[in-house]
Amino acid sequence: MFELRDLYQQVIVDHNKSPRNFGKLENYNHEADGYNPLCGDRLHVYLNVNSDGLIEAVSFEGEGCAISVASASLMTEAVKGTPLSEFSAKFDMFQHMVTADLEEVPDEEVLGKLAVLSGVREFPSRIKCAVLCWHTLKSAVTDSDEVAKTE
Amino acid sequence: MMFDIEKVRADFPVLDQQLYGKPLVYLDNAATTQKPQCVIDAISHYYEADNANVHRGVHTLSERATAGYEGARKIIAGFFNARCEREVIFTRGATEAINLVASSWGGANVRAGDEVLITHMEHHSNIVPWQMLCEHVGATLKVVPINAQGELIMEAFEELLSERTRLVGVVHMSNALGTINPISTIIEKAHAVGAKVLVDGAQAAAHVAVDVQALDVDFYVTSAHKMYGPTGIGVLIAKESILKTMPPYQGGGDMIRVVTFDKTEFNDLPYKFEAGTPHISGAIGFGRAIEYIQSIGFDAIEKREKELLAYATAKAEVFDGLRQIGTAREKACVLSFVLDGVHPHDLGTILDREAVAIRAGHHCAMPVMDFFKVPATARASFSLYNTEAEVDALFAALKKAQEIFA
Repeated sequence: MFELRDLYQQVIVDHNKSPRNFGKLENYNHEADGYNPLCGDRLHVYLNVNSDGLIEAVSFEGEGCAISVASASLMTEAVKGTPLSEFSAKFDMFQHMVTADLEEVPDEEVLGKLAVLSGVREFPSRIKCAVLCWHTLKSAVTDSDEVAKTE
Repeated sequence: MMFDIEKVRADFPVLDQQLYGKPLVYLDNAATTQKPQCVIDAISHYYEADNANVHRGVHTLSERATAGYEGARKIIAGFFNARCEREVIFTRGATEAINLVASSWGGANVRAGDEVLITHMEHHSNIVPWQMLCEHVGATLKVVPINAQGELIMEAFEELLSERTRLVGVVHMSNALGTINPISTIIEKAHAVGAKVLVDGAQAAAHVAVDVQALDVDFYVTSAHKMYGPTGIGVLIAKESILKTMPPYQGGGDMIRVVTFDKTEFNDLPYKFEAGTPHISGAIGFGRAIEYIQSIGFDAIEKREKELLAYATAKAEVFDGLRQIGTAREKACVLSFVLDGVHPHDLGTILDREAVAIRAGHHCAMPVMDFFKVPATARASFSLYNTEAEVDALFAALKKAQEIFA
């Protein structure tokens, strides 16, 4: 049986307790809000993309459950220093991982640490906690003024 | 009568099951209660033996369906001590009942410059319809504040009440905090300035006895599904003298006497407010649920639920890192709380794997969450079929959640 520890792995507990890249960036050229009214999760992401199209810095602020905070923290690590042009593919990859069939083994080589979040597939009501930050970052990337939602 | 917990539990078939290899502990009764076998049987029996449309046919089944539907109205009128059955209007639930009053009575009686007074602990269903009304007619929505225990500040209520107040909307028992409000005093004071009062009884009606005549309440609303009845049915109980003056809420069949293209003559109460084929099986199930409550009796129910809440509260008070949200002197059946270092939503998931069902979220009372500066709370809500052992299971599961996040 799927155990709680499979969802709340140590990496997630740790990123929830001490989220990376937390707080407002001093210099940023993209930002967006994300809100999940069901659980009250609120996120704000800041993004600094340099002239070479590289995500030089990324951070987030807000409050939410362990899954949403850890996911945001892990996301910032995953995209920091990568080309903005690769974001869309990363977004799709993450979205696929958390909604894929349970039999599908996540490709840890491609996903890296993000794979620890694949456990949310077992908890349908929690998937949106994991993807809220990605939707918010997508809004920031596209400079959407609308508050990101997961629906 | 003696309260036999095993017998009561046996009345609710859903309770007898395991989740993840552990016995189900259902502590989300404020969201909806489980249904006793007699209610399930009454609904099945209606479809198996009596199904027909009401108030129309002269055939036997239609007469049976009508008798069942109107019989339920009579049971409900008696339960709430309404003056007569004409004061009992079936709705889809408490929410629709409030919308009915806001739209029909409010539309006809609330004008620009008037005020509608509600409280900080209302469910969204007793906020939004009044907000919509006020916006529509140019009236002002005022809000009675609450204190740190989650009680209404009655001095502030009296200050906010004025000749401009057309209606006071107040929740009888808060779903998010468990607070039971002094509605009798509120009604008296509101009437003194000429305001009408709507009491939202969705949460209270299964836990405390309500006598609409003794309270002199103008509008009392509730939902069957929080009283061991089915979803999709509720009731507005209102003074006949007020209902008579109100325009219809919805137009359609059943609410008319004569229709021509020039003019429609509306039906008598309560049918004037029941357009369309009603939720017949729901009403029958509702009536049966009320008979179930009556068979146990409020003396026994209140005594039992107070014991359970006291047991749970005592455990909560000594539980490390737990902060209760809502500690009113007068409260019932609700333990709302936050736990240091564990978000309510994570708690909900972890407890579910321990087969403990609680609610995590804003409980459709976002202003209450704002007041206590929390994004959400975890809420365990008890019913007459819960046991001390289930409360123990709740706290054991909380301990497990703390360990995961330690």
